[in-house]
Amino acid sequence: MDGLIQPPPRVQAAPVSWFEFATRHRASIASLVVLVFPLLMPFTALAVNILIYGLYALGFNLVYGYLGLLSFGHAALFGTGAYLCGIAIVHLGLPWYAAIAIGVFAGLVMAALIGMLAIRTRGIYFAMVTMALSQCVYYLFYQAIDWTGGENGLRGINVRTIDVLGFKLDFMNPMIRYYVIAAFVIAAFFVLSRILASPFGAVIEAVRENETRARASGYDVTLTRLITFVLSGGFCGLAGALQALHLSIVPIEILHYDTSGIVVMVALLGGMGTFFGPMVGAAVFLLLENLVSLWTVHWQLIVGAIFMICVLFFPAGIWGTLISRGRPK
Amino acid sequence: MAGLSLDLIALQLFAGLALGAIYVLFAIGLSLIFGMLTVVNFAHGAFYMVGAYAGLSMLMLGGNFWLCLVAVPLVVGLFGLVVERILIRPLYGRGIDYPLLLTFGLSYVMVELVRIAFGKTGYPFDTPEILQGAVNIGVGYFPLYRLFVIGATAVVLLALWLFLEKTSFGLIIRAGARDPQIVRVLGVDVSKVWLIVFGIGTAIAGFAGLLAAPLQGVIPEMGGTILAEAFVVTVVGGMGSIGGAVLAGLLVGVVVSMTSLFAPEMAKVSIFALMALVLIVRPQGFFGRAGLMS
Repeated sequence: MDGLIQPPPRVQAAPVSWFEFATRHRASIASLVVLVFPLLMPFTALAVNILIYGLYALGFNLVYGYLGLLSFGHAALFGTGAYLCGIAIVHLGLPWYAAIAIGVFAGLVMAALIGMLAIRTRGIYFAMVTMALSQCVYYLFYQAIDWTGGENGLRGINVRTIDVLGFKLDFMNPMIRYYVIAAFVIAAFFVLSRILASPFGAVIEAVRENETRARASGYDVTLTRLITFVLSGGFCGLAGALQALHLSIVPIEILHYDTSGIVVMVALLGGMGTFFGPMVGAAVFLLLENLVSLWTVHWQLIVGAIFMICVLFFPAGIWGTLISRGRPK
Repeated sequence: MAGLSLDLIALQLFAGLALGAIYVLFAIGLSLIFGMLTVVNFAHGAFYMVGAYAGLSMLMLGGNFWLCLVAVPLVVGLFGLVVERILIRPLYGRGIDYPLLLTFGLSYVMVELVRIAFGKTGYPFDTPEILQGAVNIGVGYFPLYRLFVIGATAVVLLALWLFLEKTSFGLIIRAGARDPQIVRVLGVDVSKVWLIVFGIGTAIAGFAGLLAAPLQGVIPEMGGTILAEAFVVTVVGGMGSIGGAVLAGLLVGVVVSMTSLFAPEMAKVSIFALMALVLIVRPQGFFGRAGLMS
């Protein structure tokens, strides 16, 4: 015995594992991937779709993956962003950047409206109420023909050039279009990463893990849910606005409940509650859709079957399974 | 407004009840399954659609409508039994979201399979000959078939009530809905009860699809719309409550029917307004247990 009092073990800076490194710099890593991504894709339009759906799933994942509330009404947030961005350009003649801002704002407002009603329920009812309310939004936009074009969709969102600090960018060029949209998606990565790393982000996950304990710790659970849902609406509204610019038309199907369902599939396929999951899910989902539609028109059959297999056997999703294998124990 | 007589309003009220009857049947199956299994069946609309197509194919093969009324619920219910046994059972105890997500995926598969078998376009569904025409119900002439829908719904409700209240199996179901653990401790094989309840719920959905077919035709997507509307019914009535589903189903039918008389463009939106109102005033619905939802 050298003595009763042992010297305290020297605090050694543990070597930063790749996992911690990836978590700390998740937004930067995701941005780098997004920057080289179109070079790996068969055609750029597909890469743009993956970006937009990935962003949409990112917003959805904030509510389902991090907050733990299953929403089946996110089409209303995505679609409202798209429609309001389109209306700002077609009917109000506003420039593209103002239209995107209006799209984001519309997503926030719609999320606040739906959220205030749906947050009164919880668990499984949340899925039902959000789905019913988004169906209501569908009918409202369907009937406002003067503004939305009704069944034909909103046409004529023609943005040909984009002015950035005096430079005129040709938005019709697929690569330039990709990088313009990527700039917004990258900004969204950093905002989301910041939200999740903030004390509020910890509260979001606390509510998911144990509602009672979060409440006992003095956090307003209902308000946390509402704010998170509204933030999610901002991301989805941005995705919708970018979709409107990309397609130069907003079809009424964007508000259909299939659009809500797709984002659930994408997020679950990629991995719920993981930062990279939604993007991975969107890439796999859309690549698969492209491949399968080459040999059959019955794409929904394959989608449904894959989704059922995922629910039964891989509920953690592709990315979720990968990190649970690779995470240092 | 001069053209609106009391008779017209009364007739519209009856039309609303016929529409509501379909909602009631649909929502009762949904509620029964949820009350027992705590599974929100997102494929309920697909079972409803399969019921309509099963009826259609039986008529094509030379069967008659009365035979369909018996055979369709049996076929759809059997299919429901298979789905519960193979797909949903592995998910019990794994969180309430999983069965919901699974049935959502299943609805895609079912709709697409029907599209492969019957094509994407819809079919008309003839009203059986005996039920064509209209009868005088005191306030005016009312389509006989709609009257039949109301009657058939009443019969199903009565049968279900007798089954749940007067048979020993019904007793087990009611006990299981209240506390499955105690029922299991008492030696009842709960998983068998769940299987049968899922079968009954889907059989009623198939029956509702068959009844609705002559009213609106048959298309592969017919289940999607009614699913959202049935969610409104269950939220308004109180989830898992059968009495609530009946009252709210009829109410929703009448609200749709009345708004289409006075403000047709608002007919679809009106029921969601009703749901919003109920959520603000009484989040647990008419007959829901307080605290279950909020």
